[in-house]
Amino acid sequence: MSLTAVDVTVGYRREKPVLDGARVTVAPGEVVGLVGPSGCGKSTLARVLALLLAPWSGRVELDGECATRVRHRAPRRLRTAVGVTFQSPRRSVDPRFTVADTVAEPLRSGGAPERDVEARVVELITRVDLARDLLSRRAHEISDGQLQRACLARALAWQPRYLVCDEMTSMLDASTAAALVRVVNDEVAERGMGVLAVSHDRELLDVWADRLVDMVP
Amino acid sequence: MTAGVLQLDNLSVRLRLPGGRFVSAVTGLSCTVRAGEVLALVGESGCGKSVLASTILGLLPGNAQVRGQVWLDDAAARTELLRAPEHELATRVRGRRIGLIPQSAGTHLTPVRTARSQLAEALAHHGSEGGGAEIASRVDELAQQVGLDPDDLYGYPHELSGGMTQRVVTALALAGNPLVLVADEPTAGLDRALVDHTVDLFRFVAGTGRAVLFITHDLAAAGRVADHLAVMYAGRLLELGPAREVLADPWHDYTRGLLAALPSGGLQPLPGHPPSLTELASGCAFHRRVPGECSGDPTLTWHGGRAVACR
Repeated sequence: MSLTAVDVTVGYRREKPVLDGARVTVAPGEVVGLVGPSGCGKSTLARVLALLLAPWSGRVELDGECATRVRHRAPRRLRTAVGVTFQSPRRSVDPRFTVADTVAEPLRSGGAPERDVEARVVELITRVDLARDLLSRRAHEISDGQLQRACLARALAWQPRYLVCDEMTSMLDASTAAALVRVVNDEVAERGMGVLAVSHDRELLDVWADRLVDMVP
Repeated sequence: MTAGVLQLDNLSVRLRLPGGRFVSAVTGLSCTVRAGEVLALVGESGCGKSVLASTILGLLPGNAQVRGQVWLDDAAARTELLRAPEHELATRVRGRRIGLIPQSAGTHLTPVRTARSQLAEALAHHGSEGGGAEIASRVDELAQQVGLDPDDLYGYPHELSGGMTQRVVTALALAGNPLVLVADEPTAGLDRALVDHTVDLFRFVAGTGRAVLFITHDLAAAGRVADHLAVMYAGRLLELGPAREVLADPWHDYTRGLLAALPSGGLQPLPGHPPSLTELASGCAFHRRVPGECSGDPTLTWHGGRAVACR
């Protein structure tokens, strides 16, 4: 049981791989910190593990099953098993959506019955400590910290077995960052979610992660 | 201790909303930024920090109501900025007596022109005398002031590293030779190495005798560079003092809470949320969020060289 990248080679331009044979594995209930300087390929590896980017070679294994397709082509059972959060919440939500729509998006696209969606959304935003009166607001009407809480709620919508946090806290003030880390840690403690925490902030990962993986450019 | 070059005296700013409601962004705030020093103003998002920067620069929107005084006292003159006419702010203050270092240096520069041409334009605009050759040598001088190799300036913004971009933006702020620099969240979203690089640059700039007001939510960055630390919550200062002393022995519960939220403090979040600035009741907004010992009066009182609210 694990989320594993096996010998992943991938890039964005032909013959210029960003990752060359990268390996990392996250076990259930474990927080793995991925550190390295800007531009070393941390986010690329995060995208591969979140099933958002197909490797040129190598593979991603999810609890023993090889994920051969990515994004909307990945089968639902794999897509809902890995959640992801990004650095900039503002650039990772649809500005036309309300907070409620944002959190509900994976539920709806994953085929949750509409009658269950509303209750589940309330449950999720309570989990991340967002006030209920924010549900009808759009992204531009709330702060970065509030929006990142909504993005974390969205990532947890299907109770994923693994969560990829790509610089989740680096735009946030210290207190909001600590609050989000606590929400993630609660999921780890309660249901054994595995976490890949990507950050350039070694000091944060020293405290948060069970073990660190160093990437070099 | 040198005299303050930027002095905020009992400053309050509120923004009128439709329906007669107000956002109380800044309330009764007093502090002093001295030549050769960095004053870091820290607080959570939405506490009114950036409104303060706009107030000092005279860039508040039309629905703002301001009380109190902001004194700028440098070699040029002693000016009360809140009552200075816009024409004076535009032609004599902004860029010339107060420089702004903006958030996200990368997007602040024009992508289609070299760093050198943008610096030359700023110098010409600020009235540098002489022709192209003279301005070019002033550009080189400015570049050296912030630790840039003048040859790097031939690059376009996308060809510069993050650290170099940060230096170019700082050089732009220094083009009019202001004594005061206001940096509004200059490190938001940068990686730790670049944050350190940027704040070290402020230390260097302050070392040349300038006064730097460094507005940030990053307490670790503030601690690295600040001489004085001002902690802001819901539009008010709750603690003010020499940075080293405040960080080593915080007096206010809020300062303690912010330190505990850092990785080095154990990642303990503050309970609750910052209040909405539209519905601030009187009294102490922080201790309504987190109960604690509080006199109910969030005005700063001085004890030696430090000041704290709620005592």
